[in-house]
Amino acid sequence: MERAAGLPRARRRWAEFAIEAAIRVAGVSTIAFVVLIFLFLLREGLPAFFQVSLENLFGQRWYPTFGLYGTLPLILGSLLVTLTAIAMAVPLGVATAVFIREVAPPWARDVLKPMIEVLAGIPSVVLGFFGMTVLAPLVRRVLGMPTGLTAFTGAVVLAYMSLPTIISVAEDALDAVPKSYRDAALALGATQWQTIWHVVVPAARSGVLTAIMLGMGRAIGETMAVMMVTGNAARMPVTWDSLFRPVRTMTATIAAEMGEVAQGSTHYHVLFGVGIILFLVTFVINLTAAAAIFQKRRRGGLR
Amino acid sequence: MVNLALAWAEAYAAEHPEVRISVTGGGSGTGIAALINGTIDIANASREMKEEERAAAEANGITPVEFVVAYDAIAVVVHPSNPVAGLTLQQLSDIYTGRITNWREVGGEDRPIVLLSRESNSGTYLYFLEHVVRLGQKSDLLFSPDALLMPSSEGISAEIRQNPNAIGYDGLGYVTEGQKVVAVAREAGGPYVLPSVETVKDGSYPIARPLYMYTAGEPQGAVRAYLEWVRTEGQKQVARLGFVPLD
Repeated sequence: MERAAGLPRARRRWAEFAIEAAIRVAGVSTIAFVVLIFLFLLREGLPAFFQVSLENLFGQRWYPTFGLYGTLPLILGSLLVTLTAIAMAVPLGVATAVFIREVAPPWARDVLKPMIEVLAGIPSVVLGFFGMTVLAPLVRRVLGMPTGLTAFTGAVVLAYMSLPTIISVAEDALDAVPKSYRDAALALGATQWQTIWHVVVPAARSGVLTAIMLGMGRAIGETMAVMMVTGNAARMPVTWDSLFRPVRTMTATIAAEMGEVAQGSTHYHVLFGVGIILFLVTFVINLTAAAAIFQKRRRGGLR
Repeated sequence: MVNLALAWAEAYAAEHPEVRISVTGGGSGTGIAALINGTIDIANASREMKEEERAAAEANGITPVEFVVAYDAIAVVVHPSNPVAGLTLQQLSDIYTGRITNWREVGGEDRPIVLLSRESNSGTYLYFLEHVVRLGQKSDLLFSPDALLMPSSEGISAEIRQNPNAIGYDGLGYVTEGQKVVAVAREAGGPYVLPSVETVKDGSYPIARPLYMYTAGEPQGAVRAYLEWVRTEGQKQVARLGFVPLD
């Protein structure tokens, strides 16, 4: 303290200025990087939309080696796997969060929370390997499908991967609900279940929705595990049994093919184009979620 | 052919510790793309360079020079319990285009056929397409969209080992235990031949191809010495890994 106070005034001011500037540069550069990455994506991907006819680009056949760049099977494949994964992960994730926050005794909470964080740290390639060698044969035998490398297998692995995100964020949201809400509900004679279901969860719904969106972002962007367990066949997932057939996702396609393409070729630009489509799909999902939260807030008044 | 390239690099490094060779995998297209971009000295490829790739290299001021360094048979593999022992090229083509979808149609059990293929950046993929699916003719037949594109040889062998419905193809050097190799005939009634060094050398096995190394311009210095070694002394490694050496 004394030494700091003893510093000459000018030097202290200079130090403060330098620190402020450093923080400002750090903050601005993060935004700049995001913008630059997006611009790069556009620069590399937009030519695809001019070099390839839209009819071809949104066609049903993906044979990039032969000039057929139909991205429709890839888009639908990504959506099928992601939505199925979310349908599995959300009930489980939110229920786990409710259990940890509202039901479990403190000692169980102390054990469960760190374990879920460990779950988040498992590398995706390890889960992919597990899916390929254990889950896929199981899916094939139990469901009697021709192969176990299916959209469903991918969805199970993805659900598992997005669970930690959903649980931790939803748990935080529940945690943020004021204690007075619970007290009031109990004072009105509500049971614990009624309190959770009619008061606490609705009060935390914007946070819970954020949790779902983050989980979905994790799922749609995941590459390695999906590439290992979904079979990567670029077929149109439009038949009733498509969930139990192989699919090819956008991320797996980019990962599998980007290393190969000659820079500047049409295929190269199309892969970046797929990146743009992926970006747009995620953007629309997030936007819809934000709109939903906003609307509910205005109507419900609860935060 | 990445394991062959690795074996060469290792054996050569043992004899010539002053030379450092690092090998990266990823498929023929990956190596050729890196050669075009000028980041490597030698591209290993299990297919010939395409016209557009040569053009791209020239545009970057690089003249690729081609060397045949070994031969390889592409083996067709199934689950060990599969009773089908031989297939004709025509049957393979029909299977991989999706015209035949049940093992019953080629003398097997009543089971659906699951098609396994390498990713489209693999030289093996292109070779198989041109010489088996299209039977070496000009046509626009393509792999069935139901074909599973596996990112690695290990992906194929893992699925073949555990799935009795599956059929796959890969370089003979990659065939491991737990997979059954199917004999292939050029035409119905013709002799069904299993892939081996002998049947590739005498030309009786129908799905065999040369393996290449490409250098940026005429090789000089250490690269030149390495290529000479690969084509002479290095051929021992070729046979050891299940590929077919040059004569």
